[in-house]
Amino acid sequence: MSASLTLVVVMSVLFGAGIATMMERSLTRVLIGFLLVGNGVNLLIYLMSGTPGLAPILGEDVDGSEISDPLPQAFILTAIVINLGITAFLLALLYRSWWLAQLGARGDLVDDAAEHVEDAEETADLIRSSAADDRAVQELIDASDEEPDAGGDAEPEASEASEASARRGGRRRP
Amino acid sequence: MTPAALVPLVVLLPLLGAATALILGRHRRAQIVVSTAVLAAVAVVAAVLLAEVDRTGTGVTVAVGAWPAPYGIVLVVDRLSAIMIVISALVLLGVLLYAVGQGVADRHRETPVSIFHPTYLILSAGVFNAFIAGDLFNLYVGFEILLSASYVLLTLGGTGERIRAGVTYILVSLVSSLFFLSAIALIYGATGTANMAQLSVRLAELPQDVQLILHLLLLVAFGIKAAVFPLSFWLPDSYPTAPAPVTAVFAGLLTKVGVYAIIRSETVIFAENDLTPLLMVVGGLTMLIGILGALTQADIKRLLSFTLVSHIGYMIFGIALASVAGLAATVYYVVHHITVQTTLFLTTGLIERFGGATSINRLAGLLAASPPLAILFFVPALNLGGIPPFSGFLGKVGLFVAGADAVGGTDAAGEIGPGTSAPAWLIWTVIAVGALTSLITLYALARFWNMAFWRGRDELTGYESVLLSSVQEAPDGGVVTATRTTPWLMVGVTTGMVVLTLLLTVFAGPLFDLAGRAAENLRDPSVYVSLVFPGGVG
Repeated sequence: MSASLTLVVVMSVLFGAGIATMMERSLTRVLIGFLLVGNGVNLLIYLMSGTPGLAPILGEDVDGSEISDPLPQAFILTAIVINLGITAFLLALLYRSWWLAQLGARGDLVDDAAEHVEDAEETADLIRSSAADDRAVQELIDASDEEPDAGGDAEPEASEASEASARRGGRRRP
Repeated sequence: MTPAALVPLVVLLPLLGAATALILGRHRRAQIVVSTAVLAAVAVVAAVLLAEVDRTGTGVTVAVGAWPAPYGIVLVVDRLSAIMIVISALVLLGVLLYAVGQGVADRHRETPVSIFHPTYLILSAGVFNAFIAGDLFNLYVGFEILLSASYVLLTLGGTGERIRAGVTYILVSLVSSLFFLSAIALIYGATGTANMAQLSVRLAELPQDVQLILHLLLLVAFGIKAAVFPLSFWLPDSYPTAPAPVTAVFAGLLTKVGVYAIIRSETVIFAENDLTPLLMVVGGLTMLIGILGALTQADIKRLLSFTLVSHIGYMIFGIALASVAGLAATVYYVVHHITVQTTLFLTTGLIERFGGATSINRLAGLLAASPPLAILFFVPALNLGGIPPFSGFLGKVGLFVAGADAVGGTDAAGEIGPGTSAPAWLIWTVIAVGALTSLITLYALARFWNMAFWRGRDELTGYESVLLSSVQEAPDGGVVTATRTTPWLMVGVTTGMVVLTLLLTVFAGPLFDLAGRAAENLRDPSVYVSLVFPGGVG
């Protein structure tokens, strides 16, 4: 069995970059890290299928050396589907966690009549803004430093803090 | 109909049921009927399979899609699988009814969504699939099915607290899945197969150091899922925030799927690669560290989560012994622990509704207020603590006797066993730690009993006791809710589960015999191999 050196190098890079990214505190980066490592593992499985570049199935009466092992490819396809589903769920979870960090449970009750409209509009702006993710993370870190349970109960403080930082624009570092 | 035709049903029925329940999302009663009927049917099918497997002595295999064994997916039901499926189906059914009772009473306040029933059934399908998987990759798929469903159940409702706990749980599970998949890739690269029976033969031919690396990689993946120290840190932080029925089923079943996978990896896949001393040390530490964590918890849900971690250590100890007696006691202990841990979490759900809190600092006077609730807590608490004559005591005695026998190099039948590579002092130490853990479990639960049930309601304000000096509240301060009515269905189901734990005690003799027969099959990997490959491995 001979493996492709390129694939080995790519796999190592994916593993290394993925693990480094997963160590970050931001959930978005953890997700990206998971995707990288997941693909690294898929490549690892693929490397196990023998000489690269051969067709997996060539009909009957074929010598084993002329085809590459089809089973790892079936494994990878399954793993890709599973990763896709989990990524979709993680994205939803991430959005929900970001939403709670921004507005707290109060965000679920936003309606046209209340002063929360400003919050909602600001949220909409944040969603459009590409820097929103970094800022939200910073909020989360700040909030968790000040208030251990800022996730659910401390919504007024959290959202005030978010307004304040949104006005200031730009990122803060503790 | 042959017994083999029944095997795929245990996975198919829940999956089809989940699809039906999803379509019936707007008809709650129909959903309840579908999911109850499906789980009851699986319990019946599993019972038939258990009877059949026990009669034939070895097991039933199905080659899915008629692809022969090493190439296609094989489903294998031996005695261990059948026992696990029966007890899981019963527990899943019980918890489902409990959740139905809670949902009816709360008008969907905590589980507001129509996806509970479909997700719950998919979780069941994943658990059953893991139990009947005959190859590693199918085991991985089973794990992923149950994990994906558990992510949804744990973050149900999307409150801040659950999202926070869910993130920890999901990330830890993802890492464990990546470990598992990498292990499969490397094992496949080394042996060219993922079939467990074939692996049992082919891995034994590899050099010992290669075997060791693959073995450890797989054990880390399973250890995270089974919450074995030092990979157990995530559990007490993530389980308690879920709704009571979800916590109950997670605590009872999900870690045991990990334990099941460890049993398989020790007895079949890596039968020739001995890690007994390592497993003993890890088992002992899991017991001790887990239970010391439980001592300082004020919140009963967190306390129970720590005892859950701690008691996984007993099973690891039994697996490490690798004797027929040790494995038999482990199988019995797994069955006991699934039921008793689930029951305690269900009772905690009742306490939360009845007393309006789960913290030892806020509960008092429950005995006078509700004697039946006190019994429902007291019996499983004594059981978990290992008081005779309950099943917890029998399981622990079985494990300790097996350990003592292993020191002498004989098994329970008096024959000279294969012996064990662990030194005698290590085995005696772990037995001592096990006895100590049992006592501390009893202490922690008795303290909760004293405070929540015996202490008068009027003593609650300004209460000071040396018993409470070291306890700490949960990070969120413990949930305080208004007391709510407790529907008869929830009480009825909890009573039923307590009766089930008592039945495990009453029928301990036959059950131990059954576990012993399962262990004999496990002890000899060639039984499993010849079950999958009747004509020998090609």
